[in-house]
Amino acid sequence: MNTPPPISDALFALTLALLLVAPLAIAGVALINTGLGRCRSAAQALLGNLAMVAVTAIVFALVGATFAGCLPGGAGHILHLAGKPWSWLGEGPYLLGGLSNTPLHSQLALVFELMAIALAALIPWGSGADRLRLTAGCAIAALMAATVFPLLAHWVWGGGWLGQLGVNFSLGAGFLDSGGAATVQVLGGLSALAVVWIAGPRKGKFPKEGLSTALPGHNAVYVLFGCLLALVGWLGWNVAGAVLWLHAPLALLPVTAINTLLSAAGALASTFAVTRFRFGKPDASLCANGWLAGLVASSACAGLVTPIQSLFIGVVAGIGTPLLVEVLELALSIDDPSGAITVHAVGGLWGLLAAGIFAPQPGQLLAQLVGIATLLGVMLPLVYLLFWLLNRVVPFRVDADGERIGMDLHELGGGAYPEFVIHRDESYR
Amino acid sequence: MKYAGLLVMPAGFFLALAALVLFPDPVSRAAFVLCGLGVECLGLGVAVRGHMAARGESR
Repeated sequence: MNTPPPISDALFALTLALLLVAPLAIAGVALINTGLGRCRSAAQALLGNLAMVAVTAIVFALVGATFAGCLPGGAGHILHLAGKPWSWLGEGPYLLGGLSNTPLHSQLALVFELMAIALAALIPWGSGADRLRLTAGCAIAALMAATVFPLLAHWVWGGGWLGQLGVNFSLGAGFLDSGGAATVQVLGGLSALAVVWIAGPRKGKFPKEGLSTALPGHNAVYVLFGCLLALVGWLGWNVAGAVLWLHAPLALLPVTAINTLLSAAGALASTFAVTRFRFGKPDASLCANGWLAGLVASSACAGLVTPIQSLFIGVVAGIGTPLLVEVLELALSIDDPSGAITVHAVGGLWGLLAAGIFAPQPGQLLAQLVGIATLLGVMLPLVYLLFWLLNRVVPFRVDADGERIGMDLHELGGGAYPEFVIHRDESYR
Repeated sequence: MKYAGLLVMPAGFFLALAALVLFPDPVSRAAFVLCGLGVECLGLGVAVRGHMAARGESR
């Protein structure tokens, strides 16, 4: 890892405080995942979210952190090609050894990455709602925390080749991703696509005849409150990311927070307008998806753009989200209950591209494009291959009976709402 | 078909990577990186088509 810049005590305290707020983003996404699923799988969904956070924390601390290169240790694994060093895998102390003696910047980086992998693992869990087994979800989270996330985090944040594109090839400041748009959002969204492809759609979603069946989320209140929680977490996340990865001065931090809010606000306003125009009334779950897409897009560029540009980025994300959710479901037969592929993968890619378009440094756009090419060309096939192999060992999908009675009864033995009478599912007739 | 699409995608990545190494000129470099992205989009399109075809058969 590159030598981290010195960080003052005041900035350290501020960044740590911001990082302690960041888990609210995880809580928000967990609520959104649960609310967009069905009521007979609600407890399993929320327990799954909690389990993912636990599994990723343990696996990343034991295995992933060593290769992510967030803590100073060895020189890392460097490939020399065309006279340039290509750092492709980090090397740090095992089992977080000597953590208290490492520089403050590295300690904060570790906290950031621990939370980042937890959020990344929740994204495919939301897409696999109502049919993904709890064991499979935990196995997916463990695999992500041990392999793909540390690899990508090293490339982007740990002094890896993507972050060094500016030094080695004069491409702006190298690939920039201060809030985790690539390492968290796009990686999570592409993992969601792999999970959906492997697990298949929910039973009854795509009947033999006619259009797909609408299986609406069971609790819009969870979803919308989750959006508000996510905003608080995202503010902490983006501002802390600007300090850690952009080395932003204090004067830039309020602008980063304002940009985060404006991006989400622009996205919500445009999704509201689009759904109002298309359906006659605004759609609550799509508006929530739009809001989240605005936050996701801001992850890439909140520390780099002006407030007006941030608003524009959010508006574009908000217009695209409801349209793409519809295309994925109706035209491409992809059953994604939480809309994670659109919100996190496409929203994140748009944010990364926008960061390149609006960043002042020459060559930044090309650096961002190389980063996007890496995400699509390496991460998606790699994630799909790993999940395909994992599915052979730990089957992702619950059996037909489990899907019929609901994941709560099947996996936990009790429902989230025991006093509710759950109506008969017409799709099983 | 899905697997063929997913196999095409790394080819696009290597095209983008080759552009960095082979072309110091920013215009040629940008053109090749865009070509790499184009190949990746093509691969993704094929993979999505493969998924749709598989879903159609299993209905």
